[in-house]
Amino acid sequence: MTKHNITATINGDETEFTCSAEQTLLDVLRGELQLTGTKNGCGTGDCGACTVIVNGRPVNSCLVLGAELDGANVETIEGMAKGGELHPLQQKFLDQAALQCGVCTPGILNMAKALLEKNPDPTETEIRFGLAGNLCRCTGYDKIIRAVMDVAAEMRASGS
Amino acid sequence: MNEESKPRAGSNYKWVGSNTPRPDGVDKVTGRARYGDDMILPGMLHAKILRSPHAHAKIISIDTSEAEVMKGVKAVMTSAAIPDHPLSEPPYLPIINDFHDISRNVMAREKVLYDGHAVAAVAATSESIARKAVKLIKVEYEVLPHVLDPLEGAQPDAPILHEHQYTAGTDPETSQPSNVFRIISGERGDLEKGFAEADEIIEREFRSQPVHQGYIEPMACVAAASEDGTLELWTSTQGHFVARTLLAKLLNMDMAKIRVTASEIGGGFGGKTTIYAEPVAVRLSQMTGRPVRMAMTRSEVFRATGPTVGSYCKIKIGAKKDGTITAGHADIWYQAGAFKGSPIGRAVDTFFSPYNIENLKATGYDVCVNRPKAAAYRAPGAPMAASATEGVLNELAKRLDIDPIDLRLKNAVKDGDQSLMGTKHSRIGLIEVLEQAKSHPHYSAALEANQGRGFAVGYWLHGGGLSSASANLHDDGTLSIATGNPDIGGSRSSMRVMAAEELGIDVELVKPIVADTGSLGFSYLTAGSRTTYATGMAVVNATREVIEKLRELAAKKWDIPVEDVTWDSGQAVPSDAHKGDNKPLSFGQLAGMATKMGGPIAGHSEINATGQGAAFCAQLVDVEVDPETGFVSPKRHTVFQDVGRAISPDYVEGQMQGAAVQGIGWALNEEYIYDDQGHLLNTGFLDYRMPVASDVPMIEPVMIEVPNPNHPYGVRGVGEPPLVSAPAAVANAVENAIGITMSSLPLSPPKILKAIETGSSS
Repeated sequence: MTKHNITATINGDETEFTCSAEQTLLDVLRGELQLTGTKNGCGTGDCGACTVIVNGRPVNSCLVLGAELDGANVETIEGMAKGGELHPLQQKFLDQAALQCGVCTPGILNMAKALLEKNPDPTETEIRFGLAGNLCRCTGYDKIIRAVMDVAAEMRASGS
Repeated sequence: MNEESKPRAGSNYKWVGSNTPRPDGVDKVTGRARYGDDMILPGMLHAKILRSPHAHAKIISIDTSEAEVMKGVKAVMTSAAIPDHPLSEPPYLPIINDFHDISRNVMAREKVLYDGHAVAAVAATSESIARKAVKLIKVEYEVLPHVLDPLEGAQPDAPILHEHQYTAGTDPETSQPSNVFRIISGERGDLEKGFAEADEIIEREFRSQPVHQGYIEPMACVAAASEDGTLELWTSTQGHFVARTLLAKLLNMDMAKIRVTASEIGGGFGGKTTIYAEPVAVRLSQMTGRPVRMAMTRSEVFRATGPTVGSYCKIKIGAKKDGTITAGHADIWYQAGAFKGSPIGRAVDTFFSPYNIENLKATGYDVCVNRPKAAAYRAPGAPMAASATEGVLNELAKRLDIDPIDLRLKNAVKDGDQSLMGTKHSRIGLIEVLEQAKSHPHYSAALEANQGRGFAVGYWLHGGGLSSASANLHDDGTLSIATGNPDIGGSRSSMRVMAAEELGIDVELVKPIVADTGSLGFSYLTAGSRTTYATGMAVVNATREVIEKLRELAAKKWDIPVEDVTWDSGQAVPSDAHKGDNKPLSFGQLAGMATKMGGPIAGHSEINATGQGAAFCAQLVDVEVDPETGFVSPKRHTVFQDVGRAISPDYVEGQMQGAAVQGIGWALNEEYIYDDQGHLLNTGFLDYRMPVASDVPMIEPVMIEVPNPNHPYGVRGVGEPPLVSAPAAVANAVENAIGITMSSLPLSPPKILKAIETGSSS
């Protein structure tokens, strides 16, 4: 089977990989690159567990082909903490118990990060609709929504 | 067995009841935590299962020859590779592990019994090759008539799934094979007298559809067998010790040669309490001598792993004008799925247990139908029964013109009362729960047009049982706590809190881990809301053994009797008579001395925890119904629960909030939908619609602490009780919003629209 040679920036590092035409970005991340922090909850774009950020936009990595990524900038959960410092969303999720089993958490963190970059002052309803593509079966969403609202307020207050 | 676990004097806790950093938290927000499908081993093969396209069919032949010769295929197997076992004999336990059934559910033998039933499997060098190879396996079927509905399945002329199954628990003994495996009944008082005393009698029917546990992580495992007969298994499970035992018995292996490690688990809710693909991965690994990974797709999870049971229920309740309930009678038919074992006993116990009713009868029928074998789902068997009772009470309150909470208060069980199945309550908190709900601002808040408010109560007797723990002291003054329970929702945090509280040291000095099956005594499932209760008790015991040894060490150092050494706030303190030159020795100092003065220090505990208490949970729900579309929006939701004592309050709240939203899904959206051939149609999250963030409001948790006197910290199980009353509270709210009795979950828009248009739900 023909393999495609792809060069993409993944979490800041220029990364070369090969993939077949049928492999998704999720397959590439988890399989070829062994970045298993991105989770596979459905493989059909319905649960959001595999959400990563490609060229600044959140995507379901199970719905993107690996071969489409030449020259792309991909951010996964493994790149969210910088230099040993957790991202404010990561820290707030811990502080406010916004996770239980944690398997939806990488996808939700990426989606929330993208949401706040686009809309730094979201209402509760905007956050709920912004995260509506990310299923969580444990928390009932309450503590997740509150954590995102609180991070948004703190980031606005600190001007970051 | 709980002698050591006496309640701790005083309640000025340092850690219990406060929110502490979660020990597994950083790994979970950074993607480091490794779940079932995150284990990659050198030389690992990938397996796929061929599944039945029929609801019920005889397997005439299976031809695997083409698949076997495909490039990259390393092994192909059918049920011939799984040992067969005889049917189990009565008496049957509440939870039946019949290896005759398990072997057939893992891989179909004579017949396929549901759409998605495993038939054959392939291990190959890539998942893509395995996927293609299973399609080359040719199976010849003889399609048989099928049955999906539990009431239809219970009829004498229904298609029979198991020709060898005769109804147990009937009198006289049946002579015809039946899909009804057993009938469980509970009775007290005189029903006829009870209904004769009633001024108002309500009789209704209720139906519910199977709903899936919906954990976000599909089942996944990696099996690595060696030529010496040993096996290592990494799997996403709620109980690796139980998985080990089931595997050993199913595959006729020595338990000591199987070492199971529980991966981080991406949700379970009862669904990961048994084995599905693990034995297949194990056999393929044994056949190839290479590690084999098996990860289900979401569609496979829906088609082949247990949802909870669907149900049909007939219920009759009678009450006097003053609200005193005089009699209750309920019959319920549960869909066991393809193999026996639905939780009918729990249904019988749940129906009327919040209420002290003199005359009662409840009966459950365990019915096999052509659906995947039902598995536990958070308070298995209880929400359907509670929905029926609470639905009737909602109507009863209106007919008698009594406040719905007053109606429950009038009949509420108290300390010393007994449930229908014989559980005598010790200290229980139902009255406190009801009073809190009544005085909460939510209860008196105004409703807007098209809105309704529902109230419901649920009862759950949580689990105790077998648990092991060890506490290993390190010479730098830190402590490892090992338990055998996979941590789904923060139990490591609770274990750590209890150990630190006992020792009087900083929680950060305690590191909790989940040990593999070779490293600790048997530990039953993380299920039945038992972990913080039972395993927590073992942790307390193990920690107290460490304290005993530290006291002995201090006594040796001071050369005084050990009776003259007390443990207080993280240090050994000599009695007044010996104070003199002896300054208290801290936990850290003693830890450093231990290896030089006698040897390493560890504590361990293996218990069968008893004394678990009943937990009650009530919910207040406001919904708004769109009369144009029948769409229901939950607007406000408050959960009131007797939690015993919250060890980690944030995570107790999380259990209450999560269960409430699962209940919203159960009541409004979720159901298994089949075509007339018995094919499951909604095998993905797009069509099996679980609540998303925009579907639900904030969920307010109100924790009521009535400590369980049988646990050192007063713990009651908290995970399951809030699901028992959630679907009922939502359904009652809908019913009150539209003014029409609704008796069939889920209350999806078409049903509601029809009810509004016709003025009736039937």
